[in-house]
Amino acid sequence: MIAKDDQKRDDAHTSSAYRAPGDIERHTVPPDGRPLDEQPRWRQDFPIDWPQDEYVSRRDLVKFMVLTSLAFATGQLWILAKTLIRRQETFPMLPVARVDDVAVGGHLVFQYPAESGPRLLVRTGGAEFVAYDQQCTHLLCPVVPHVDEGMLHCPCHNGYFDLESGRVIAGPPRRPLPRVTLEIRDGVVYATGMEDQAT
Amino acid sequence: MNDRNRFPRAQRMTIVNAMLVFVMLIIVLQLWLLTATMNAYLGGDTEIVLPAAVASLVCLALNAGLLWYLYALER
Repeated sequence: MIAKDDQKRDDAHTSSAYRAPGDIERHTVPPDGRPLDEQPRWRQDFPIDWPQDEYVSRRDLVKFMVLTSLAFATGQLWILAKTLIRRQETFPMLPVARVDDVAVGGHLVFQYPAESGPRLLVRTGGAEFVAYDQQCTHLLCPVVPHVDEGMLHCPCHNGYFDLESGRVIAGPPRRPLPRVTLEIRDGVVYATGMEDQAT
Repeated sequence: MNDRNRFPRAQRMTIVNAMLVFVMLIIVLQLWLLTATMNAYLGGDTEIVLPAAVASLVCLALNAGLLWYLYALER
């Protein structure tokens, strides 16, 4: 008897106009009794019935994933833009020190370009100088030159770089030190540019 | 007859599920592209940046096409 009453109540709440042809799922009837397609957007997007709710949530997941795809593509374009900007970047020619100011085996910290991070100028021989970014490519600790051993040492995590090339010899760093290009004119060492070196 | 009427909800659900599989596959590819490109870029290798950006945009276009079809299903 109770089951019969339930069936009657269900039938009363189920509109035939509400069923798509061949759709055997039962739908809840909105207060105004109109079909789902004619309901306001908010009611279509927040359905009561489970099947419709699952459809809406799956559909929204697809939309969100496409948004994620847009974010990844934007990231790629950002890297491309950074690359193009870097290629067009020009560096000023800046005097760093007089040759005589730095002893053989000695070093000097300077900034190049102005107001940038610290760079390290090392005199490796008579008129031989090399200059690198002073920050280790692992976790930005300052590197210390060991001219007699021909390497730059990062004391934080024992990273070692070749003094002549800036390439990684040992330790956790995976990228070489960015190099400052130098030019010596009239006994003065000039910084002329920066170059990132491929691993 | 529009797509909403042409496909019952159960069929639309199947289509959306298939769409989601494709979108996820493409996104995994894009994620791999982004990490590989970032790794190369930080390592000073910028040769790969442009082709990777083009590939990622193609992936986005494919996803946008699927999204367009999803909206078409709703109409």
